[in-house]
Amino acid sequence: MERSEALFRTVLRLGDNSLVLGHRLSEWCGHGPQLEEDIAQANIALDLLGQARNYLTYAGEIEGKGRTEDDLAYLRTERQFLNVKLAELPKGDYAHTIARSFLFDAFHLPLQQALTKSPDERLAGIAGKAVKEATYHLRHSSEWLVRFGDGTEESHRRAQAAIDGLWMYTGELFAPDEAERTLIEAGILPDLASIKAEWDATVARVLAEATLVRPADGWMARGGKDGQHTEHLGFLLAELQYLPRAFPGAQW
Amino acid sequence: MDEKQLEAGFQAKVDAEQKIEPKDWMPADYRKNLVRQISQHAHSEIVGMLPEGNWITRAPNLRRKTVLLAKVQDEAGHGLYLYSAAESLGAARADLNDQLLTGKAKYSSIFNYPTLTWADIGAVGWLVDGAAIMNQVMLCRTSYGPYARAMVRICKEESFHQRQGYEIMCVLAKGTPEQREMAQDALDRWWWPSLMMFGPSDANSPHSAQSMKWKIKRQSNDELRQTFIDRTVPQADFLGLRIPDDKLKWNEATKHYDWGEIDWTEFNEILKGNGPCNKERLEARNKAHDEGRWVREAALAHAAKQAKKQAA
Repeated sequence: MERSEALFRTVLRLGDNSLVLGHRLSEWCGHGPQLEEDIAQANIALDLLGQARNYLTYAGEIEGKGRTEDDLAYLRTERQFLNVKLAELPKGDYAHTIARSFLFDAFHLPLQQALTKSPDERLAGIAGKAVKEATYHLRHSSEWLVRFGDGTEESHRRAQAAIDGLWMYTGELFAPDEAERTLIEAGILPDLASIKAEWDATVARVLAEATLVRPADGWMARGGKDGQHTEHLGFLLAELQYLPRAFPGAQW
Repeated sequence: MDEKQLEAGFQAKVDAEQKIEPKDWMPADYRKNLVRQISQHAHSEIVGMLPEGNWITRAPNLRRKTVLLAKVQDEAGHGLYLYSAAESLGAARADLNDQLLTGKAKYSSIFNYPTLTWADIGAVGWLVDGAAIMNQVMLCRTSYGPYARAMVRICKEESFHQRQGYEIMCVLAKGTPEQREMAQDALDRWWWPSLMMFGPSDANSPHSAQSMKWKIKRQSNDELRQTFIDRTVPQADFLGLRIPDDKLKWNEATKHYDWGEIDWTEFNEILKGNGPCNKERLEARNKAHDEGRWVREAALAHAAKQAKKQAA
């Protein structure tokens, strides 16, 4: 794969991961378990949206066809989104939301940290800002996962069920596609195996503190990185993209 | 000192424009009136998150989405400061929340109207936040210190929200014919409800006279409503949109706009619970509360375990 094509697809994926997860978290706004959590989840969703805007703008520039952040977010179809499936799953109950965020954040923080050292300065710059945000996100999701795991019987049961149900979606985070392999070889993207080692350590530490059990690694879902998503993404995009699709060419 | 002397001292302080602070003596009715007003205000912020939150996942571009999400998040923050101000008067947040959930406490009726199109997000920012600001600017000078200080902070954010709303309307009004129509339709639906936000006419406002004497309120409902109209009509003119009031006309003699009649029957029906979204709003708050119960219980249980570990 050409270097520029690989960079486009990878930066697009970084943007799609943040956009889709940010969208999911924003669904809690006004409906959270307590006001402080409405505020926290909105904060995190805003950080993710900000990252998405930076990455998508950069992806548009790499592509060189004049596509803006909004063209990329609002005018691509289901098969053209490259995010991991973990990001698009419905928000579920609050344990599910927290567990998904935790599994993602534990990957996202070391990835962004490593990207700050990328020879691609633009990528390093975007990641530099994202690191501070991802540090807070991981702290927030870890603290809540520990509260749930080591809280009441009900919260423990819900947290374990969430971790168990989400586990099969974690493999995709660390399985490079062709574009990622190209960039890893070129030294632009960190080796995902090294990110996986950090993820394993974080997951072991937090699950232990939460008195939760790490599920056995079984079959891992794939496909999101190639645009073969769950059925949920289509509905998310139908909602996200409704206005620009209904009024083509209008400015807002 | 007997009650009468205390009350005279209190009124003298209010008349001298000194702030009343939580530990100061205050008449029981002043306290009660404030708790009612501040908690209603807090509830309005929280319920107000729903009609606007309705469009977060459908905002038409990433910038608008970011601004709307940040705005709704601000409303949650305003709710928190206001509950804190009410707590400084001895009210408990959990009790106030229960009053909201059971329908015993009121919140601003404006949030019982639906946001049907994207233009409603513009109209709510422009008109609803615009009307709220009229009240809130006045409340920055209210006699109770913690309430006045919360308002100063809230006003800064609200005026930003209003500008954002008006900017959405500007873009729509200058947009395609369909967008223009969407903007006019939103103005048609939100204009009268926004005027109702100032409450009943002074003659029919049950709490007004006493609140004015205690300087909780400093301007009457009718005065504030007129100022709002005078300010907003030129803004609608600038947009090239028509305010849905055939009697609206500049009066050179009074230097104010003359305008039509509010349909108070509609206002009273919504107060009674018969508005288009009363049921949905309360259901949404109750659902969040009920589904969040195990989360709050888990947090408490975990904190208790931690405290026990530390003590051991």
